[in-house]
Amino acid sequence: MSRLALRFASLGYLAVLLLAPVGFVFYRAFEHGFWPAWHAVTAPDALHALKLTLVVALIAVVANTIFGILCALAIVRYRPPGFGIVNALVDLPLALSPVVVGLSLLLLYGRGGWLAGHNILFATPGIVLATIFVSLPFVVREVVPVLREVGTDQEQAASTLGASGMQTFLRVTWPAIRWAVAYGVVLTTARALGEFGAVRVVSGNIAGRTETLTLYVQNQYEEFNAAGAYAASVVLALIAVATLLLMSRLRPKEETR
Amino acid sequence: MAASPQAAVALPRARLSGGAGLAVGVSTAYLSVVVLLPLAALVWATHAHGSWQAVTSKQSIAALKLTLLASFAVAVVQAIAGTAVAWTLVRDSFPGQGAVNAVIDFPFALPTIVTSVTLLALYGPRSPVGIDAAFTRWAIVLALLFVTLPFVVRTVQPVLIELDQEMEEAAASLGASSLTTFRRVVLPNLLPAVLSGVALAFARAVGEFGSVVLVSGNLPFKTEVASVYIFGRIESGDAAGAAAVSVVLLAISFAVLLGIGAFRRRVTRHDV
Repeated sequence: MSRLALRFASLGYLAVLLLAPVGFVFYRAFEHGFWPAWHAVTAPDALHALKLTLVVALIAVVANTIFGILCALAIVRYRPPGFGIVNALVDLPLALSPVVVGLSLLLLYGRGGWLAGHNILFATPGIVLATIFVSLPFVVREVVPVLREVGTDQEQAASTLGASGMQTFLRVTWPAIRWAVAYGVVLTTARALGEFGAVRVVSGNIAGRTETLTLYVQNQYEEFNAAGAYAASVVLALIAVATLLLMSRLRPKEETR
Repeated sequence: MAASPQAAVALPRARLSGGAGLAVGVSTAYLSVVVLLPLAALVWATHAHGSWQAVTSKQSIAALKLTLLASFAVAVVQAIAGTAVAWTLVRDSFPGQGAVNAVIDFPFALPTIVTSVTLLALYGPRSPVGIDAAFTRWAIVLALLFVTLPFVVRTVQPVLIELDQEMEEAAASLGASSLTTFRRVVLPNLLPAVLSGVALAFARAVGEFGSVVLVSGNLPFKTEVASVYIFGRIESGDAAGAAAVSVVLLAISFAVLLGIGAFRRRVTRHDV
């Protein structure tokens, strides 16, 4: 009896908080049929925003995957003193306000900043830097526990048998961590596509130029074009659903590997 | 000495740490450029004259107070609700459980600004269910509950799966009520996971921006949270003031992360 009560309380909480609002946005987006929604997301500014979002996310994901694997190797395989701080630094973007991230970049690259005058702010490079910052932790955090668990026995055996560092990585380390990397890439992509606060601060928010899809949602909403905001929201929500499907497909493999 | 077995083993180790040394160099450089340098610029900017006055202004203190209070309330709700949801996912079984399990991560995957639009559609001015929470503190709490949902569930769930049910059966067979069993046997085992999930949720809530910015209305002294206050300072050209309040948030984030790290090391007795 109490089990049923708990089940209904838990599912009710999820329904009120999560499913009802998300479902209703889908309803609102297609309230007047499919085509108005389609026209809203294929408007020139919306398409430009989508393209910019995809380009930025791609760059951020590639950078954070390559350097994320290197960071994970550094944290697990070779720990110089003070690397606890590095651990905390890697996690920091998870806990730090995106507005603070944006402001930090603004102060570094803006007028009077240490690295001022490179056309980084209010342009694509600034958006890329902000996105890299906020999506930094995911590959590292997925790869670190796996590296720790597989240990160094096989890597040592490989190098004892004469494998070079690169051969050892490609033949021994990579097969062990690839599912963790894949999972981390999915999380990084989701975070990169959805970043709002940090990008809002550094991008200048210029429609058709530095407006990403999340900024487009806000601008449409504030200009009382709710239909445009709902339609773009649905596009982003569908990407989120795709992310979830990938996550639940990758997770069991990661666990049973 | 050189022919001893130790030397033969030490050779590959030395080669390994050579590659790892490169990894350390490159990743330190990467972290410095991407994370450390911008944060250093942020802290440096608070040297500007009058920067700290922005923190002690009435509007800033009201914003910080509201942020901490709302985040604390959300963390408490999530501790209970998150544990209940994790329990339902692990110990209960019902059709569609797998789908519910997958849905838990949805707030993470959904962009925060979409969360704003989504919550306003159902609980805003044009609400079809007659609940208009827009521009109230309730809206802030609702948005924060939405974005922090996965944290406690995802930290408690694995511990609950690992937990040996024989202990509970033993307690029950010795005459403990189900409530006593939960309080004396299950809860002490779950508590570390609940606390670290709660701490992560709290840290996330303190810095939250996108999901709050549209729903809260951003009325100074009433519904303006710290990150929105910082954003307002930036927009009105007071970067130094914004930096000072940002450093306060940065310190809170760092403290929570280091706290979780230290707590985990103490509980699990191995470094995380």
